[in-house]
Amino acid sequence: MSQLSFFGMQPRLWTVADLTRYVRQLLEGDYRLQDVWVAGELSNLSRPGSGHLYFTLKDGEASLRCVMWRTEAMRQRFSPREGDAVEVHGRVSVYEAGGQYQLYADAVRLAGEGAVYQEFLRLKARLEAEGLFDEARKRPLIPLPARIGVVTSRAGAALHDVLHVLRRRYPLAEVVLAPTPVQGAEAPAGIIAAIELLNQRVHPDVILLVRGGGSIEDLAAFNDEAVARAVVASAAAVVSGVGHETDFTIVDFVADRRAPTPSAAAEVATPDGAELRLAVDQAARSLAASLRRRLLQARADLRSRQVALRMASPRAQMANARQRVDDLTRRALAAVRTGTALRRAAVQGLIQTLRAVGPEAVLARGFAVVQLSPSGTVVRSTRQVRSGSHLTVRVHDGSFPAVADDGGE
Amino acid sequence: MPKAKTPDELSYEQAFRELEGLVASLESGDLPLEQALQLFERGQALAGRCSQLLEQAELRLRQLAPDDRGVPTDTDLELEE
Repeated sequence: MSQLSFFGMQPRLWTVADLTRYVRQLLEGDYRLQDVWVAGELSNLSRPGSGHLYFTLKDGEASLRCVMWRTEAMRQRFSPREGDAVEVHGRVSVYEAGGQYQLYADAVRLAGEGAVYQEFLRLKARLEAEGLFDEARKRPLIPLPARIGVVTSRAGAALHDVLHVLRRRYPLAEVVLAPTPVQGAEAPAGIIAAIELLNQRVHPDVILLVRGGGSIEDLAAFNDEAVARAVVASAAAVVSGVGHETDFTIVDFVADRRAPTPSAAAEVATPDGAELRLAVDQAARSLAASLRRRLLQARADLRSRQVALRMASPRAQMANARQRVDDLTRRALAAVRTGTALRRAAVQGLIQTLRAVGPEAVLARGFAVVQLSPSGTVVRSTRQVRSGSHLTVRVHDGSFPAVADDGGE
Repeated sequence: MPKAKTPDELSYEQAFRELEGLVASLESGDLPLEQALQLFERGQALAGRCSQLLEQAELRLRQLAPDDRGVPTDTDLELEE
């Protein structure tokens, strides 16, 4: 029977691949395993040429294989070493070819950093609730600071960077350094004393509170509550320039302006000399242009007044009178001349009329005037003429004598 | 108006601020010519002062720190570059 049952009720036979994939799916299906922080001691660290990071996390009882891909490894601020107590974040899955479950890590930090970070978040929330981060509370920066306080270490690169920027950009200022350690146990008290000293003794227009980048422990003084309150209490506006872009500290939040680096803090606090030069040139040009306009206007005013003056002067009035006399004379002469011409035309007309009605015109058409000679009586009737009467015949171009040879009827 | 200082006595900020004021007065236009000329000359001197300061300025460095006995002391800052 047992043989039968062996063949008849065959249990499922897994392939290794299927089983491994099944386990992997089980692990990946548990959301709690996809987002975990694990604390342990780092060991068996290896970083082959691929750039991926392989290590084992151990505590007294167990160990966990971990891998961090190259892209994630490069993003870590902290480079883990063998034996470090660390906290690793990642997701749990199975490397099927190796038959191993492991942690695929995407973040690693030193143990305790998490606690420090929690404390940082608590302080941040508290100060924010007090209104210390409010933009409305913050002082505007003076556009042309005459005196710039710098709070940083005398030895650090931060001071060098700040002075380099100020020399190039805005050498008009006086810089007063209040040196202080910026990391370690003495840093908070030193920074607070430096800020107070500057405000009391130098009255700077602005204070640059700067240091280079570092780990969260290195930046502890800039996450210190007392330091933050000293920044808030400062009479001069404070520009923070701590570390590199990704490092945000409490001081950054309470500072009147936050800059990502010491150099950037120096730039934020000062105008650019090149722009100042442009502004001076621009002002000088505006000045000249305004004066030119004003002079043109004055000249135009002068000219219009000269014209008015000339019009009002006695000489101008005399000239005016003279011109009026000339004008009248011209008009009188014209009138006389017109009258004469008219009269001449009238006479001419009469002469024409006389000519038209006189005998010459009739004679010209072929008629003749006959007169008795020598009396000159015009012959109008046959009865006036007898045979042998002497006559004068006038035609249009002259006259000739004639004798009547027969009597009238 | 208080007696104006000569441009050489002014800081950059003072000189530039006065210069800006003069430009605004001149641009508003209605000044008597005599006064406009005076403002112009003053403005030119101020612009000259500003340029001179920008060209010749050298960053001045001081240090304010407690001395050996803890007394805050103001000294020139000498930096080894």
